[in-house]
Amino acid sequence: MAKVVKIALAGEGGQGVQSVAEIIAEAANEEGKEAIYIPNFGVEQRGGVSIAFIQISDEPIGSPKFEKGDIVVALSDRAVRRTRQYVGENTVFVYDSSIEGIEKDLPTNAKKILAIPALEVSKKELHPRVFNVLIMGAVLEATGVVTIEQAKKAIEKKLGYKFEKDPSLRELNYKAIDRGASLVREQ
Amino acid sequence: MNYPQIPKSWNIESKPHKFCPGCGHGIALKALGMVIDELGIQDKTVFGVDIGCSLLAWDFFNVDTIQTHHGRTTPVITGIKRANPELITIAYMGDGGGYAIGSQHLVNAAARNEKITVILVNNTNYGMTGGQMAPTTLPGQKTETTPYGRDVDETGYPTLGPEMVAAIAREGAYVARGTVANLRQLKGFIKKAIENQMAGNGFSFVEVLSGCPTNWRTNAKETWDFIENTMTQYFKVGELKVPGKGE
Amino acid sequence: MANKPITGEQRVFMTGNEVIAYAAVMAEADIMYGYPITPQNEIMHYWTRLAPKYGKKFLQTEDELSAGFTTIGGVLAGRKAFTATAGPGNTLMQEPMSMAEMMRIPTLLIVQQRGGPSTATVIYSQQEVTMTTYGGNGEGFRIVYSTSSHQDLYDYVIKGFNTAWKYRFPTFILGDGYQAKMREACVMYDPAERGIELVKPTPYMGAPGTPGVDRKPSHMRNTYNTEEELYEVVMNLAKAYEAIIPEVVEFEELNAFEADTVIIAHGVVSRAAKGAVKELLAEGEKKVGYFRPITLRPLAVNELREIAQRAKKLIIAESSYGQLLKQIKEAIYGTDVEIHTILKPGVGITQEEIVAKYHEVK
Repeated sequence: MAKVVKIALAGEGGQGVQSVAEIIAEAANEEGKEAIYIPNFGVEQRGGVSIAFIQISDEPIGSPKFEKGDIVVALSDRAVRRTRQYVGENTVFVYDSSIEGIEKDLPTNAKKILAIPALEVSKKELHPRVFNVLIMGAVLEATGVVTIEQAKKAIEKKLGYKFEKDPSLRELNYKAIDRGASLVREQ
Repeated sequence: MNYPQIPKSWNIESKPHKFCPGCGHGIALKALGMVIDELGIQDKTVFGVDIGCSLLAWDFFNVDTIQTHHGRTTPVITGIKRANPELITIAYMGDGGGYAIGSQHLVNAAARNEKITVILVNNTNYGMTGGQMAPTTLPGQKTETTPYGRDVDETGYPTLGPEMVAAIAREGAYVARGTVANLRQLKGFIKKAIENQMAGNGFSFVEVLSGCPTNWRTNAKETWDFIENTMTQYFKVGELKVPGKGE
Repeated sequence: MANKPITGEQRVFMTGNEVIAYAAVMAEADIMYGYPITPQNEIMHYWTRLAPKYGKKFLQTEDELSAGFTTIGGVLAGRKAFTATAGPGNTLMQEPMSMAEMMRIPTLLIVQQRGGPSTATVIYSQQEVTMTTYGGNGEGFRIVYSTSSHQDLYDYVIKGFNTAWKYRFPTFILGDGYQAKMREACVMYDPAERGIELVKPTPYMGAPGTPGVDRKPSHMRNTYNTEEELYEVVMNLAKAYEAIIPEVVEFEELNAFEADTVIIAHGVVSRAAKGAVKELLAEGEKKVGYFRPITLRPLAVNELREIAQRAKKLIIAESSYGQLLKQIKEAIYGTDVEIHTILKPGVGITQEEIVAKYHEVK
């Protein structure tokens, strides 16, 4: 059986997890892989934690939802608590190291837990607006579901019209994705 | 006033019609038949009948006719008009169908200024189901569900349909209240309503005051007296909204 | 004005609701009537963006009763008309759909199931099976396709209009919130280029000529005076419906007619079921099979009976408390196959759960 890579991304509204999920799924599709992306869209979408579920495989994908993710990313305290249920013994759990007060809420059954200073790095080195792109780089590094090159193409497709006006934005986004990948590599 | 001839658009095969003796529907439908003839629109007209006594008119005319559900004639006719605006579409219903179970459809069709014509027969009760209180039942009037007379403290006052529609509808709408007691005037109102649709002006609505001797348990004289003298105290006959005539 | 949004074959990656809007345009639908309810809203959103470019129309109604009845009106006028709904909206839709059933009006209703009963969730379920197949005060003379993927949505919306207009029974596309909102790939195409002939609609009302002079008037009723009169009408409906069953029934299977244990699921859950069976077969299990009814009405009764007579065990998996189960039990009545279930009302079912269930009961 072909391996299906299962990813859950969770954060607060405005952190951009849904656009990251969409870009990853579209990039995989562009690479000729099978991909499914489901946004959470419950009543929760108003004021709750925003979660995106992605699955990527070389073969058609079965159930659109899954029990345990291969990688679960939480970008806020509420997101950490909300995503615990998707963490299993094969899960790499990634969270932002600036989140406070969640020491007791971190999953205990994960294969690996990575705290990455994504927020801090994006603020200090790049720009807070590319925080989510940095996260995308981290996810891609951790899963290898899509090449960084393909992801950049997908970003270009989505934001190309903005890059036309301001080419420095392109560079900023590309830097963010590379930097995100390096945060995971360094762990 | 004398109109002895049978309208050309009537379906003779379904006559004599199935309404009770003394029922006002026959007169309302005569007025409509004459208008269809005068306007020469028998080939373009689609007639929708509600459930209630109006359902009996499903084969009344030699006009394409759809019998719908209780209260749902307005949306069916709206759907037809929206899909094929060339057709002249008429929804025919009672006071229960228009003001109770189908009131949301009437209100919203008027608000959207749908280019359809609604003819609503007000006989102050649910005739087909055996004479229960309708939105239009008069204060103190006895019905099967107000056996001691309609108590307005309990059940409110009679719905003033055309007044409501006139309040909702905007420019281009035509709203009137006629009565089977004045066929010439009623025919004129219905004609204007349909012409208003044909001109593409907007929604058109005619309430028709009518009698129900079977459930009112009235003889001919009492029936006409109730329509002409009692109902008109609450329901004012006349035009409420005419395009181009100001508000 | 552009003629068609799709030429050739186009692989797309989008939400199911968007796929449906494109499919409706490519099926040459003329008009959509609709009322907002999650999770079907984006069908309207995309339709209203596409419609004016291709000479098509939309009406936002005051509720689902109106959306259903205006759809009937559109069909009566001889147009390919459709609507879409979910959950409590589907409840209201049952009234107009019963009229369509009685009068053989070829409406197309797309249902994106959400949780129930009541308002429940706006997310997902398979709890609208009973209502969509047998709702209203009638006998279920309808055709219901249960889709499982975006490809199905595209294929069966196009097919659904044809089915409705060919057989003149109200037709339903039964999707769900996952299919509505998720993004996945599918191939869109021009049906004409694949040799699919689109059935042309004809008017029930307002055909050329003066009624009673050039032609008979179209007098359509749904009310009857006597028991016998109604009996004849309903029996004629039943006869007409039964006659088309062999042509309409659709299913998908894998090893189902050879297996000891057959996993049965419909809609999106069938993906997990099929995946589970493939996984088990790959692991060397030989006696496991998969069966997916595509039409839930009419159901593939003959095939289900054949399977039930041969197999030892059935595992029925669905995101409801047993709505498909009930229909399958009825279909296989009299057989003594053992029935096991995974019933999760309003909750998705994964491949892992089905594999685990198989090992538990085999």
